[in-house]
Amino acid sequence: MVPSMQIRVNGESRLVPEHWSVSDLLADLRIESRYCAVERNRRVIPREQHAACGLVADDEIEVVTLVGGG
Amino acid sequence: MTVLPADKPLVLGNHTLTSRLIVGTGKYSTLELMQQCLEASGSEVITVAVRRERLLDASGRNILDYIDLKKYTILPNTAGCFNVEDAVRVARLGREILRGLENPGADWVKLEVLADTRTLLPDPVATVEGCRELVADGFQVLCYTSDDPITARRLKQAGATSVMPAGSPIGSGQGILNPNNIRICLEYLKENDPDYPVIVDAGVGTASDVAFAMELGCDGVLLNTAIASAKDPLRMSVAMKSACEAGRHALLAGRIPKKLYATASSPTEGVITRALG
Repeated sequence: MVPSMQIRVNGESRLVPEHWSVSDLLADLRIESRYCAVERNRRVIPREQHAACGLVADDEIEVVTLVGGG
Repeated sequence: MTVLPADKPLVLGNHTLTSRLIVGTGKYSTLELMQQCLEASGSEVITVAVRRERLLDASGRNILDYIDLKKYTILPNTAGCFNVEDAVRVARLGREILRGLENPGADWVKLEVLADTRTLLPDPVATVEGCRELVADGFQVLCYTSDDPITARRLKQAGATSVMPAGSPIGSGQGILNPNNIRICLEYLKENDPDYPVIVDAGVGTASDVAFAMELGCDGVLLNTAIASAKDPLRMSVAMKSACEAGRHALLAGRIPKKLYATASSPTEGVITRALG
C-alpha cells in the first residue's frame, strides 16, 4: 500500500498507508513490542488493542521504552 | 555467632522489602557494570525512566535485557516532567510497559514533577496535584519532594504511599544539608503512624550520607549517581549496602546522647596518677 497518510511518531512526521494499525506501525519500525508502550493522542493504547487500533491522519503517536534512570 | 533479632521489613504499599536501599539504573558506563552494581547493592527495587524509542536505532540494546525481571521490582520514575499532565502520562506509560512484562512494579511510580532544569528541585504544588491524580488512577505513589516538612505533610494527605525528601539537589552529592528538616518531616509523617515510610531520595554523595539518613530514622535511601559516577562503582555499591545496614542498626541500637564534656570509658578509681584540673 502507498504511504499517503501523515502522522507524527515521537515528534517526527511520517507517511504511512491508510488503514494501518498500531501493530503495523510497530512492526514497520522494528520495535520489540514487549518492551514498549504506545500512546495515541495522549492516551495509552493497551498492548492487547494494538492490532485493532487503526491510525488516523494527524495522529500523534508516542512509542516509549524504559531506560536507565534514578 | 550472636544472631540479632530480625529487623522488620520495609513496607511500601503492597511491596514488602528486606533491603532498605533502592538504587537507580542511570549513568552507568556499561550495562554490564550496572548489572554488577545492582547485584552488589543488595537492592530489591530499582528505578528506571521512561523515554522515547530511538526510531533509527531500534535494534540497539535495551536495558531490560540486563535486568532480571523475576528478581527486581522496577520502580518507574517520571523524571524529566515539568507539569502534572506530563507526569501522569509518563506514569501511565511506565505502568503499561511493566504490566506487559508482568513485573510487580506495574502498580507504583516514583513521582517527580520538577520546577526547573538548573536546580531540578521539585515543584511542590504540582507534585501534590500529580500525587492526587495518580492515586485516583490506582497508583501507589512514591513522591520525590524537597525537605520541606509542610509539603511532606501535604503529600501524605494527598495519599502518597511514601514521601521521599531530597537530602540535597539531585546528583549534587552534597549529602543531607538540613538534617533538622528531615527530622521534622519524620516527626510529622510518623505522628500516630510510626510505620509510614520516609525515604531520602537524592543528594547522597557517599556511604556516610546513607548511614546518616538511616540514623535519623528514615526507612530507606534511594540513590543513583553516588554509585554510578563513583570512581569504582562496584565497590561503592558494596559501601552503600553496608552503610544502609550500619545506619539502620545504629538507629535500632539507640545512640548515646551528645554531651559537652568527656566521660571516661576506663574506671576513674584505682588510678596511680593524680588528675589535673
